[in-house]
Amino acid sequence: MTASDETAPAEFAERARPSAFLEVRDLKIHFPTDDGVVKSVDGLSFQLERGRTLGIVGESGSGKSVTSLGILGLHNRQNARVSGEIWLDGQELVGSTPEQVRRLRGRQMAMIFQDPLSSMHPFYTVGKQIIEAYRVHNDVSKAVARKHAIDMLGRVGIPKPDQRVDDYPHQFSGGMRQRAMIAMALSCDPELLIADEPTTALDVTVQAQILDLIRDLQEEFNSAVIMITHDLGVVAELSDDILVMYAGRCVEYAAVEDAFHRPLHPYTWGLLGSMPRLDRERSERLMPIKGSPPSLINVPDGCPFHPRCPYGELTGGKADTERPELRELEPGHKAACHLPLEQRREIWNAEIAPKL
Amino acid sequence: MGPFNVLAYIIRRLIGAVLMLLLVSLVTFGIFFWMPKLAGQTTDQIAASYVGKAPTAEAIAATKERLHLDQPVVLQYGHYLKGIVAGQDFKAGPEVDHCPAPCLGYSFRTSQPVLPQLIDRAPATLSLAAGAALLWLVSGVTIGVLSALRRGSFLDRAAMVIALGGVSLPIYFTGLLSLAIFSYNLKIFPGGGSYRPFSEDPLHWFESLVLPWVTLAFLYAAMYARLTRAGMLETLGEDYIRTARAKGLPEKTVITKHALRSSLTPILTVFGLDLGLLLGGAVLTENTFSIPGLGQLAIAAINGGDLPVVLGVTLLAATFVVLLNLVVDVLYAAIDPRVRLG
Repeated sequence: MTASDETAPAEFAERARPSAFLEVRDLKIHFPTDDGVVKSVDGLSFQLERGRTLGIVGESGSGKSVTSLGILGLHNRQNARVSGEIWLDGQELVGSTPEQVRRLRGRQMAMIFQDPLSSMHPFYTVGKQIIEAYRVHNDVSKAVARKHAIDMLGRVGIPKPDQRVDDYPHQFSGGMRQRAMIAMALSCDPELLIADEPTTALDVTVQAQILDLIRDLQEEFNSAVIMITHDLGVVAELSDDILVMYAGRCVEYAAVEDAFHRPLHPYTWGLLGSMPRLDRERSERLMPIKGSPPSLINVPDGCPFHPRCPYGELTGGKADTERPELRELEPGHKAACHLPLEQRREIWNAEIAPKL
Repeated sequence: MGPFNVLAYIIRRLIGAVLMLLLVSLVTFGIFFWMPKLAGQTTDQIAASYVGKAPTAEAIAATKERLHLDQPVVLQYGHYLKGIVAGQDFKAGPEVDHCPAPCLGYSFRTSQPVLPQLIDRAPATLSLAAGAALLWLVSGVTIGVLSALRRGSFLDRAAMVIALGGVSLPIYFTGLLSLAIFSYNLKIFPGGGSYRPFSEDPLHWFESLVLPWVTLAFLYAAMYARLTRAGMLETLGEDYIRTARAKGLPEKTVITKHALRSSLTPILTVFGLDLGLLLGGAVLTENTFSIPGLGQLAIAAINGGDLPVVLGVTLLAATFVVLLNLVVDVLYAAIDPRVRLG
């Protein structure tokens, strides 16, 4: 480790400091196991500016959560191999020491987790947990921090925050708990907020409230938000851009508008086809993607999606052998697919779009 | 939850404890005074076995009268309970002996009242148990935490192998070994049977207890280290630990304030039971080191068929276990807000 520590700064100095607020370059997070190397994230790159929201979408096991934990430095350092670069506001994180990353965690980047009940400590009051989060990074008295905690609870829409601050997580309802979790994440005014399936564990009626809240707070704090989800509805609601992940890589990157109306990757088509729509007349059935996500130890040769792709044969065998590059096909719209662009547009317009 | 509720809860639990002790005494009493009858012994035979060697006819008659052996067992039990609550008069021939409450009867062997004997023996057991408990709790939990944090390391493996040894080696082996090495060979600590009460000679009290403390604590520390390690490993995988790290807390705070507190709760339960049991007599340790505690008293009483003493020790041990359980339950509610007393 020492050798790479010494060489790291020089290596990073060569590469340009990015202009974007958050820039991830060729991020790889691998876990060596007895069965082989699990390539959870395998060469992921994206950028994100303040005030913008990026939706990362994909099935379970596509590497979404590992990406977010990797950015926060929360992966297990003993068994994870991380390479690539993560630039947050001009600071590179992969080459930083755990202590440097820890100082940024909670203050500059914060995270909202999926299950707010298991994500809060059952033995401490909600207030105490927010106070703790605030005081790690701000040298203030307990009284000041408590006032701040009550203020935060009020801002995320918890009624009677001055009383609820002394309640324990189990005394909150699911939606209120997630609000408290958000209050905790936002207590230090982070510039980057990562929300990992923030509404999955919640009631449908509460989901919309929480999404509204995240959007309002984002405008207020002008933070960059990464929304990790498998729910395209959430992405459509909230995101500016969307990154579709498959087998640890980005297969399509586009503005939300493009991703929903002009998607250029068969996997994205599949995701759209398996999404229930209430705003349209119900066609017979949903069209799920056949098969299941590949093992991240044995990613298929060629295009990792080809065993499940209904159009793989149209590439003349290329999909089985050659890995497609992620190419910018239209301004701001990238996809990794061997099919000729014109053919893809045709398939989308003729076969996929009418059935959605 | 207000303090009033806690008080009400404690009172309810104390009533439950009394019922529990009644049950314990009933079963123990039944075993000693009812089973022989069921087995077909006559009251004379029973009385004779309680008198001791070479019973004379007069002694048998006196014992029968004293213990009301002619009456049904239920009434005998009633007399015993009455003695505990209100004291009891024993007619031994023309003389009447008053045994003040709480009266646990007289030893068959020494004819001394039981309660003062228990009170006399309790400090030795208490010294042994409390000192060892402190030692094993601190060392066991520390080793367990370190093992969990450095899982798979040399320290972890070494600690767990030693812990396995600690759990599997009996006290009379480790105790005798430690006596052989540290007392008879190296002469660092005094040997067996050197116990003096704290009130007489504090320094000697301490010196004589070091080996028993360490020996007894070794056994328990081993178990506690394994328990703590398992609990810590489980807790460290919890979502709220990830949250604590995501907040940017230093790792030390994450471990001590968030992880350790959660993993200590199951240990508290076991600790209450273990300590309660030991307070009723650390039989093996007391005998190995010849410490005149309740355990030795119990063994002597059992060997000599001294039923009132056995009954007394059993009741006292049961009292300790029941009380410590109550303490544990109240503490549990104090630690984990999700636990409701009631």
